[in-house]
Amino acid sequence: MTFPSEPEAVGRDLPRRDGAVKVLGTATYAYETPLANAAYLHAVQATIARGRVTALDTAAAEALDGVVAVLTPGNAERLASTEDRELAVLQGEEVAFRGQVVALVVADSSEVARHGAALVRVEYAQQPHDAELRADREDLYAPESVNPDLPTDTSEGDVDAALAAAEVSVEETYTTAMYHNNPLEPHATAALWDPAGEGFLTLWDSTQGVHPTRTALASVFGLDEAQLRVVCPYVGGGFGSKGQPHVNVVLAAMAARAVPGRPVRLALTRQQMFSLTGYRTPTIQRCRLGADRDGTITAIAVDVVELTSRIKEFAEQSGVPARMMYASPNRSTTHRLAALDVPVPSWMRAPGECPGMFGPEVAMDELAERLGLDPVELRIRNEPAVEPGSGKPFSSRNLVGCLREGAVRFGWAERDPRPGVRRRGDWLVGTGVAASTYPVSRMPKSTATIRREGERYAVEIGAADLGTGTWTTLAQIAADALGVTVALVDVRIGDTDYPMASVAGGSSGMTTWGSAVVEAAGAFRAKYGSEPPDGAEASGSVQPADDRHAMHAFGAQFAEAHVHLDTGEVRVPRLLGVFAAGRIINPRTARSQFIGGMTMGLSMALHEQSVLDPRTGHVVNHDLAGYHITANADVGAIEAYWLAEDDPHVNAMGSKGIGEIGIVGTAAAVSNAVWHACGVRVRDLPITLDKVLHALEERPRH
Amino acid sequence: MKPFDYLAPADAAEAVRSVAANPDAVFLGGGTNLVDHLKLGVAEPGLVVGLAGLLPSGIEELDDGALRIGAGVSNSDLAADPRVRERFPVLSQALLSGASGQLRNMATVGGNPLQRTRCVYFQDVTTPCNKREPGSGCSAIGGWTRHHAVLGASEHCIAVHPSDMAVAMAALDARVRTLGPAGERAIPFVELHRLPGDAPERDTALEHGELITAIDLPAQPIARRSAYHKVRDRASYAFALVSVAAAIEVEGGVIRDARIAFGGVAHAPWRARRAEEALRGAPASDGSYRAAADAELTDARPAEGLDGGNAFKIPLLRRTLTATLRDLAGEDPR
Ligand SMILES: Cc1cc2nc3c(=O)[nH]c(=O)nc-3n(C[C@H](O)[C@H](O)[C@H](O)COP(=O)(O)OP(=O)(O)OC[C@H]3O[C@@H](n4cnc5c(N)ncnc54)[C@H](O)[C@@H]3O)c2cc1C
Ligand code: SF4
Repeated sequence: MTFPSEPEAVGRDLPRRDGAVKVLGTATYAYETPLANAAYLHAVQATIARGRVTALDTAAAEALDGVVAVLTPGNAERLASTEDRELAVLQGEEVAFRGQVVALVVADSSEVARHGAALVRVEYAQQPHDAELRADREDLYAPESVNPDLPTDTSEGDVDAALAAAEVSVEETYTTAMYHNNPLEPHATAALWDPAGEGFLTLWDSTQGVHPTRTALASVFGLDEAQLRVVCPYVGGGFGSKGQPHVNVVLAAMAARAVPGRPVRLALTRQQMFSLTGYRTPTIQRCRLGADRDGTITAIAVDVVELTSRIKEFAEQSGVPARMMYASPNRSTTHRLAALDVPVPSWMRAPGECPGMFGPEVAMDELAERLGLDPVELRIRNEPAVEPGSGKPFSSRNLVGCLREGAVRFGWAERDPRPGVRRRGDWLVGTGVAASTYPVSRMPKSTATIRREGERYAVEIGAADLGTGTWTTLAQIAADALGVTVALVDVRIGDTDYPMASVAGGSSGMTTWGSAVVEAAGAFRAKYGSEPPDGAEASGSVQPADDRHAMHAFGAQFAEAHVHLDTGEVRVPRLLGVFAAGRIINPRTARSQFIGGMTMGLSMALHEQSVLDPRTGHVVNHDLAGYHITANADVGAIEAYWLAEDDPHVNAMGSKGIGEIGIVGTAAAVSNAVWHACGVRVRDLPITLDKVLHALEERPRH
Repeated sequence: MKPFDYLAPADAAEAVRSVAANPDAVFLGGGTNLVDHLKLGVAEPGLVVGLAGLLPSGIEELDDGALRIGAGVSNSDLAADPRVRERFPVLSQALLSGASGQLRNMATVGGNPLQRTRCVYFQDVTTPCNKREPGSGCSAIGGWTRHHAVLGASEHCIAVHPSDMAVAMAALDARVRTLGPAGERAIPFVELHRLPGDAPERDTALEHGELITAIDLPAQPIARRSAYHKVRDRASYAFALVSVAAAIEVEGGVIRDARIAFGGVAHAPWRARRAEEALRGAPASDGSYRAAADAELTDARPAEGLDGGNAFKIPLLRRTLTATLRDLAGEDPR
């Protein structure tokens, strides 16, 4: 059964089904799972970045009234698999980064657990550590592949020769900061072994994927997957940091086994999240562009230097978007890593594309400036006919449409290209543009089951809703695939008791789970026709993606930036994005994703920066007072639009992922607008006032 | 969090006696700073003495026209008071530029000036800090100094005082009224906070157990033309990189008098007397304002550190003072 070409439920801006329980505060998040007689956990963290624990004195903690146990490398259970060294917690004395967990206190209350943790005395044999990322390090290495499994380097034609021959070129280095995902809900887990010992483990975990978490934990503990259940109906945000289990999940499971029959709860503190739950590597991007006088690009080269941790490699694919954005006969991209004594980096909203569209998209603006060409026009002029590199046709590519539509809506036509010449009151005013892109991906496995229950239809799949809308959008897809009204469809997600679902990551959720739901509906109708009996049930699984087409979503983002003439403060009163992302399943939840991504992009442009003090290997601004995210007052008008895009190749629904593209390109658009406002190219994020002040100093005030 | 005893005394005198008698005791105002420190282990008192309901919570007009602000008044109520808004706009603006609505509702006038530095190393018990643990060293020096001092710092501590309200109070010649083990006294607000010197663990001139009961704001016509200009890394909910509290009296294009204090640049709200002196009798022009800033900033020293340190604060402060005075003088001489 195929999906209707004119769907009824899909495309409607239905309110979120989980909205009411969240507003009422009755939605249960992992930590709040009702569990009688729960014990509470608090982790003790290393205060050195490299070395060994030589002594752990837990006596004072153990003597504390209410402390049930203190787990240490000396008494914690041996894990079945320590291959993932991030998860191999309490397995040895070695310290590989500051903040690593070296002990865990189990107590009757969270207050006592925290107090007990402070009483654990740890002695170390400290070794010199190295936590400083620089592009000129001699030990940079090329990883075997970059996330998820893409080539590390690519090369076509002869970039150096093309650059030498180019009539106009740009060669600059751009940097993005270290970022922490900081979802509102911290990483939290509740766990219960029942029956104890070899029995059955239930985890209530705030996760982007119950099944992937189960698989990872089963391997770490050497369990059969049937011995493990993971439950997660609601997630208070993850942004990638809950895409893979982190050490909190292992600690909770370990502690639950150590106190047989008793459930445990663990919520990391905000500060602990800065060393234990992943983050985005800082990037150093050397970007080179060459072009003919008419703006035809002849060379694109992007060389990225990033960090990873010494115990586990994560190679962010920041050079990847430059491989397919614009046409060029000569192109090269490389990734090099420094393995440092730092916490383990991981996924953060749009890994690769997000940082990787900062340098190149500012470089495009610089190229436009040098060519005397409008930056919208420069991009349009370099539109590729097929996907560069692979040579595959695009399933759909509407970057040009987004740029044109955005230009009209934003009022781009009246723009005077000269920088630093517009003033409104005490503010210099400028505008900028950048492109966005994100691949359409489909995970290989996911299954949905549809069952008739009385007059209603139940759809079951272990999918996740991170606050994104899955509860609602899967119901819409199922309704249209079944040909019934959406009010008759119940969705059940977030539990490994439902059929296997892939992680909510890579903007793949709707494509993958939605496809499984459509398959299940097809099987259901094939089996039962239009009059299914009560209890009728059928399942379907996602099928392999069309590999004849290159599939990406595109977008264009426009920003207005104001720079204060006296203080250099930067404000962005207006952001406008236009996206081409296939069929939009639900305009209400989609708009939230777009403007949420853009807001996070604004945050990256102006505010976010984890300050890693290389002397200690420690992120020193590790709370939300020190780690600034964009506040309400920083966001002015923010508009998201989309083109009606009909793409028959991406999946049955015709949809592309939208969870990440909103953050891609925003920071470049803002930087380009800041240049247009005050004439300073800020190539290093975040764009703080000290980076533009020197130019204001040199500028007469009138 | 280390367990502690809690006492709700019957009156202010008992509160003072209880804290004075116990070196391990602290007062609890609105708790918006202290409770954070309890959780972080930055403060580990044995006894917490609650002040709720014990301190004057009204704003009284004295015979000489001064306003007496009870230490129990919330930051929100003080900012909203019509007399404050009219006579001391700089104070109302300073308060409203700080923290968030919820925090200002909780925070008290007594607790606000006694909030402790936001130095990230101070707030993290795993890093050495002379203020938290005398003699352990200053982690900020050579570290992340973006939010640190350029005036009056020492080799032992380069922290800044975070309060916005205190900057306005310093400019307004406020007086702090206290009740201590030795009785009542009044301290000029500008003498409340210390520079770090070799004892950064001491923030203020208060004795242990000395309670702030009120702050007096003397009547001053000049303060009607006053403003607070806070420059920060985001539009709200951030501490000042630099701030300027200023009041100015201009007649016929000449500055008759000025009151100026800086925030975000020193261990104490920085009363800028040299700048005031330079302004008196000078023409109301950008040139005078810059010269005034330079007079005050001759001894300014940036703190080198990660990401270029904080040298930007010096030109930033000069420019912010200039802009503030230009706006107050009411004419843009561009
Ligand atoms: C996220 C956040 C952002 C903030 N942003 C800003 C900002 O931008 N600008 C700003 O100025 N402030 C800001 N603040 C700080 C806030 O203004 C202070 O925390 C508040 O003013 C302290 O008042 P309180 O009554 O809560 O003090 P408490 O936390 O109760 O006490 C602070 C200290 O004063 C002592 N104390 C309290 N009352 C008295 C008294 N009457 N006599 C003697 N000692 C006393 C306590 O023992 C303690 O040491 C922010 C705070 C937070 C948490
Ligand atoms: S600046 Fe002061 S408060 Fe900060 S670490 Fe140094 S001594 Fe401590």
